[in-house]
Amino acid sequence: MTWGVVIFPGSNCDRDCVHVLRAVLGQRVVEVWYEDRSLDGVDALVLPGGFTYGDYLRSGAIAATAPVMDAVRAFAGRGGPVLGICNGFQILTEARLLPGTLGRNAGLRFRCVPTWVRVESTATPFTATLPAGAVLQMPIAHGDGGFLAGPEEVANLEATGQVVFRYCDARGRVTPSANPNGSVAAIAGVANAAGNVVGLMPHPERASEVLLGSTDGRRLFESVVAYLTRRASVLSPASAAPTASATPAAGGRR
Amino acid sequence: MPTFRITIMLKPGVLDAPGQAVERGLRALAYDVERVRMGKIVELTTPESMRAKVGEMCERFLANPLIETWRIDEVPAAEPAATGGPGAREGRR
Repeated sequence: MTWGVVIFPGSNCDRDCVHVLRAVLGQRVVEVWYEDRSLDGVDALVLPGGFTYGDYLRSGAIAATAPVMDAVRAFAGRGGPVLGICNGFQILTEARLLPGTLGRNAGLRFRCVPTWVRVESTATPFTATLPAGAVLQMPIAHGDGGFLAGPEEVANLEATGQVVFRYCDARGRVTPSANPNGSVAAIAGVANAAGNVVGLMPHPERASEVLLGSTDGRRLFESVVAYLTRRASVLSPASAAPTASATPAAGGRR
Repeated sequence: MPTFRITIMLKPGVLDAPGQAVERGLRALAYDVERVRMGKIVELTTPESMRAKVGEMCERFLANPLIETWRIDEVPAAEPAATGGPGAREGRR
């Protein structure tokens, strides 16, 4: 399968994402320029972190108007898996492909620390192979990472299972001190209603190799590979046992 | 061509961390301040035909309706906008 990593002016985690996907996971990767208008041949997409357009106006706001975003919107509309990491998450909320928004961290500090998140939903390509409640260690590095949404919207996200990751301590307990940025309901990552677009503030690509202290982030990328492989085997007429494989795949996708 | 001054503020209740920091700074200078809210001002000059679109520009792009409110004021032609003039100089000190 082929991954696309979108590069905007001011992206700075794009090469980390390309490295993890290509060198660590052995995936085919194409670098997608922000002026590109086609995502043909791409099976899964990453919007990496950075400080696109200097965070002018609001973090991610200007990148959300880039030419490539029409193609991203179409790709997401077709059910393609899209992951927004950090600034990529901010871009997806500004493009209104994801609910809520990211505001200045409570306490004002730029936080660059290891965090733990609990998997709250497995109904996304990025968490489909993870056990619900799994605790993942991944670092954050942001100044505008406080997830914000109105009380009704938060209740709706909780009810529909669109809260995908929640900040917790190393043992999976959601406590005030484990919330690094004042996010409402300790929300670290959310999905769109269909589940195929996911954004999170922690950096899975910085937690994908033993050398970096955690390999938990790799599981998000591996989950997509398994998800798409399974979907392909269901959709392909050449599939050896289509009826046998259809049930677990549908279950995984929910 | 009309010039519009758009004032964008965080909705009441949304954490305004920069505003809080400025409030602390003013208190540190011994000023008695009840509350500080920080916002943004955007001035734009458009062709007359775009007058009706300024609200849409705010809704779609200049502000985030989830967390921000905005007010659109037309800058009178006599008043030099932030680009110069005595008013602007005075504002800057």
